[in-house]
Amino acid sequence: MAKYLLLKHYRGAPAAVNDVPMDQWTPEEVSAHLKYMDDFAKRLERDGEYVGGVALSPEGSFVRYDGEGRPPVTDGPFAETKDLIAGWMVIDVDSYERAVELAGELSAAPGAGGKPIHEWLELRPFLADHADTTE
Amino acid sequence: MNESLLRELVPAVIGVLVRRGADFATAEDAVQEALIEAVGAWPDDPPREPKAWLVTVAWRKFLDLARADAARRRREERIDEQRPAEPVAATDDTLQLYFLCAHPSLTPASAVALTLRAVGGLTTRQIAEAYLVPEATMAQRISRAKRTVATVRFDQPGDLATVLRVLYLVFNEGYSGDVDLAAEAIRLTRQLATRTMHEEAAGLLALMLLHHARRPARTGTDGRLIPLAEQDRGRWDTRLIAEGVDVLQAALARDRLGEYQVQAAIAALHADAATAAETDWVQIVEWYDELVALTDSPIVRLNRAVAVGEADGPQAGLAALADLDEALPRYPAAAAYLHERAGNAATAARLYAAAARAATNVPERDHLTRQAARLNTQLRG
Repeated sequence: MAKYLLLKHYRGAPAAVNDVPMDQWTPEEVSAHLKYMDDFAKRLERDGEYVGGVALSPEGSFVRYDGEGRPPVTDGPFAETKDLIAGWMVIDVDSYERAVELAGELSAAPGAGGKPIHEWLELRPFLADHADTTE
Repeated sequence: MNESLLRELVPAVIGVLVRRGADFATAEDAVQEALIEAVGAWPDDPPREPKAWLVTVAWRKFLDLARADAARRRREERIDEQRPAEPVAATDDTLQLYFLCAHPSLTPASAVALTLRAVGGLTTRQIAEAYLVPEATMAQRISRAKRTVATVRFDQPGDLATVLRVLYLVFNEGYSGDVDLAAEAIRLTRQLATRTMHEEAAGLLALMLLHHARRPARTGTDGRLIPLAEQDRGRWDTRLIAEGVDVLQAALARDRLGEYQVQAAIAALHADAATAAETDWVQIVEWYDELVALTDSPIVRLNRAVAVGEADGPQAGLAALADLDEALPRYPAAAAYLHERAGNAATAARLYAAAARAATNVPERDHLTRQAARLNTQLRG
């Protein structure tokens, strides 16, 4: 089993095929989407492939050290262009192929018009903190 | 084995040990070890006096712990000299422990953790689970808190307002893992209210009971947030409401108003309405005026503006909102609600979407997104 991070972006990823902001959907479409995500996580949990997941607020800041005795610099909460992570899910699966399969499934969550969003999800393998001794 | 009885005995037993000269941190560890022994021994051989049993075993554990630490040898000798032979006294050690655990030198997060551990008798694992942090992290937070209060004299009078705020924080954390923190906060506040007879402790207890009573109706089966006006009032716990109202009335009768009593009064007026339409908004606004006078909090003014919108119409609510800073938490949500009622659907939809982006929890964000989606669907249709 190997762990993978599935990253969902607010901004910074290529545009989704069905790229309509959520507040422009119908309430039923919103509910269907949330249920899909929820069911997906529950199923992974049941199958023993779920590690954890977190939703993040879109209001993020970049922060930088600005010298001794000075407050850190922040770019403020409303920078115009930057990659913004909406949330992540960590899965523990048998193979890279399985991780890709699951990411594809999550990307197919229903959106506007009940059609899949086809959004881009970033898939990042975890690096182990020790050398592999079994091979 | 009655776990809640055990938990109730914990603070008193820690208190006895500390009064006998034990330092707080070691006393607390000793009591936890005594509890483990109790869990093993009591089912087969239940003690006649559970508290005395725990005091005896915990004191022995404390001496073991003190001896095990060579660096503490000198203090151990001092304790041996002073070792009292008196039986368990009737002084209220539990109350002292509340004040110690909510000491102003602690951060709110540390005070909450220490209160749950020492007064509440929860295990570190249970507290860690409730706050969704690793057990090792919570263990560190608790031991750091214990070190912080190690030098605090146990007989100093504490600040009740701080204790109440800590309990309020516990209550707000709600339910997770195998411990329901809201129920735990109610238990601890009930105990505190009985011991202090303070009207604000009673006010906080009433507030918790009245909010807790609505919990079954507050979320749908899918975890969806259900706003007060749409809740199925048949699912409210009438027994808790009746108790909350009784506690509140007894407190109000003493004529020493404080913010928790006022918040409880507002919650009681909501609980009292058979339907949302029957809510006595005029009286609620009057209580909000009291609350503004007591706290002068901008958040209270924001809530008051929503109540004014119900009592005197959305335009009056928007006028009340106009004096406030738009950067306040939940300002866009309140403004969206009032604008929708005033017939400005497009503005309301825009504000709901903004409120969803600023939401700090998932159910609230999803609820606000649905509101924006609902209005935008109407506007298109």
